[in-house]
Amino acid sequence: MADTIIAEDLVKTYRNGEVRALDGLNLSVPEGSVLGILGPNGAGKTTCVRVLSTLLTPDSGRATVAGIDVIKHPDQVREVIGLSGQYAAVDETLTGWDNLVMFGRLYHLGKKSAIARADELLEQFRLTDSAKRPIKTYSGGMRRRLDLAASLIVRPKVLFLDEPTTGLDPRGRIDMWNVISGLVSEGVTLLLTTQYLEEADQLADSIAVVDHGKVIARGTADELKDQIGGDRLEVSVHVDDMNVAAEVLARLGGEVHRDEGLHRLSIGVTNGSAVLTEAVRGLDAVGVKILDLALKRPSLDDVFLSLTGHAAEEEVQS
Amino acid sequence: MSVIHDGLIITKRQLLQLSRVPEVLIFSTIQPVMFVLLFRFVFGGSIETAGGDYVQFLMPGIFVQTVSFTLAGTAVGLAEDMTKGLIDRFRSLPIARSAVVLGRTLGDATLNVVVLLVMGVAGFVVGWRPTSGGLSIAAGFLLLLSFGYAMSWIGVFVGLSVRDSRAANGLVFIIVFPMTFLSNAFAPTSNMPTVLQYVAEWNPVSTMVAGCRELFGLPNVFGVTANSWPSQNPLEMSLIYMLIIMSVFVPFSIRKYMKASAR
Ligand SMILES: Nc1ncnc2c1ncn2[C@@H]1O[C@H](COP(=O)(O)OP(=O)(O)O)[C@@H](O)[C@H]1O
Ligand SMILES: [Mg+2]
Repeated sequence: MADTIIAEDLVKTYRNGEVRALDGLNLSVPEGSVLGILGPNGAGKTTCVRVLSTLLTPDSGRATVAGIDVIKHPDQVREVIGLSGQYAAVDETLTGWDNLVMFGRLYHLGKKSAIARADELLEQFRLTDSAKRPIKTYSGGMRRRLDLAASLIVRPKVLFLDEPTTGLDPRGRIDMWNVISGLVSEGVTLLLTTQYLEEADQLADSIAVVDHGKVIARGTADELKDQIGGDRLEVSVHVDDMNVAAEVLARLGGEVHRDEGLHRLSIGVTNGSAVLTEAVRGLDAVGVKILDLALKRPSLDDVFLSLTGHAAEEEVQS
Repeated sequence: MSVIHDGLIITKRQLLQLSRVPEVLIFSTIQPVMFVLLFRFVFGGSIETAGGDYVQFLMPGIFVQTVSFTLAGTAVGLAEDMTKGLIDRFRSLPIARSAVVLGRTLGDATLNVVVLLVMGVAGFVVGWRPTSGGLSIAAGFLLLLSFGYAMSWIGVFVGLSVRDSRAANGLVFIIVFPMTFLSNAFAPTSNMPTVLQYVAEWNPVSTMVAGCRELFGLPNVFGVTANSWPSQNPLEMSLIYMLIIMSVFVPFSIRKYMKASAR
């Protein structure tokens, strides 16, 4: 299938090149799929979204959305995209209904269609009860939902969501996930950014890990996990058994990692369940009592740590 | 035309805001009315003016001062839209590039119509009686609205550049307040030190005020600058100022809008 979003070698610098917000960023999103851009604060996620949604002109590089050049024909790109930025961008003194009708009119819907579409979206996003209240009185989650609704007025083919759940409580987040999953099942091409590994795992077909303005890894959540060496087998034993157990495990796989404090040993394994049975047998044969045994898939946090050398949610000094 | 259509939707949004938060409209009319009353009754007795009592002299001055502050209104409004991310959203929509700023300036012009009307009535109540004909008076108000509109376009530039509503407000005050006082708005320039008289002579606020006095049927009195071109032709000079402001700030502001960014 054709790629709906393509970015090639995007560069955007600030302060005379001191800050390289985008440093040769490449990505592509096939039609109808969801790409999650995952990266810590300051990685360049927002800058990337702003370039693709025509708000920012890159210093160099090329990008197309739905086959249209973002830099040469921004007006045409705006006809096919929806954008929901990192912070809810709605008029707080107006009501939710006012906002949606206004945006509908700005999308050149007639008065009647704008009203009909506003009512429909308010219903879809469970905001009908608060439709006539000023946005000021909305919760964070409601604001985000209204903001998302505003970007869906003309049913865009391509949708950009910049950190759609940042700042929401767990309930609001799960709410938002459901809303987004619903959109995706309607066939929209979605690019979303997030700092939450779990979120990318949950919503995206494919993940691009971004750090310092570059994509440093790309794949499905499973592929990324495999990149850092598959599963780990963790065995907890009595403190006196540590050395014996380590010898047994060393025969099964590569390097044995010892955690003396927790009396835990671990090895990287590729064929997890087979090794698991072997380990149990081997340890049993030498008389080591197993206190705890687990086969762990690495989390995306582990992936991030091993790719970048720093944790995903760590603040980058600005 | 889609620019006008889109612009008017933005204007309508602003009027809707005013109806949702009526305090804004109330305060933006109370303030100039308060000025009318304060100057009329506090300074009225102590400032000597030619051609009638102080209130005749004062009203054009306060009108011009008030419309000058449209600069602040526009700047603050746009700076707020900027920080709230609304400008980003507008810029991601398929609308004409000038629509948002056009709509905002038209909204502020509409607000000026209301404010001038209320001030006119307040002035009338405390004794303001323009003596020229209806047509001249109408022309005077049109001149005031046009000047307010030109100031509004400077406000667009300031608001989009400063990007913070408090900073925008502060900046405008330190520019506009001295401008309105270094002029003939509240007292004749003939009592100022000579150097200041020359400054006031070229001040657009002075030429506007002198132009309005002329249109409202009041003679203008100048000191050392009485024979200068701006003093002799305040209306023409005011129109030239507006033309300059518009031809600089309309293109600049639209460019600024296109590149605007919330950070
Ligand atoms: N307008 C700007 N001026 C200066 N630096 C900026 C500007 N916008 C972004 N940056 C810098 O560019 C980098 C990337 O920012 P951003 O794209 O917002 O990251 P993210 O959205 O991933 O947190 C950061 O170091 C940020 O400080
Ligand atoms: Mg961001």
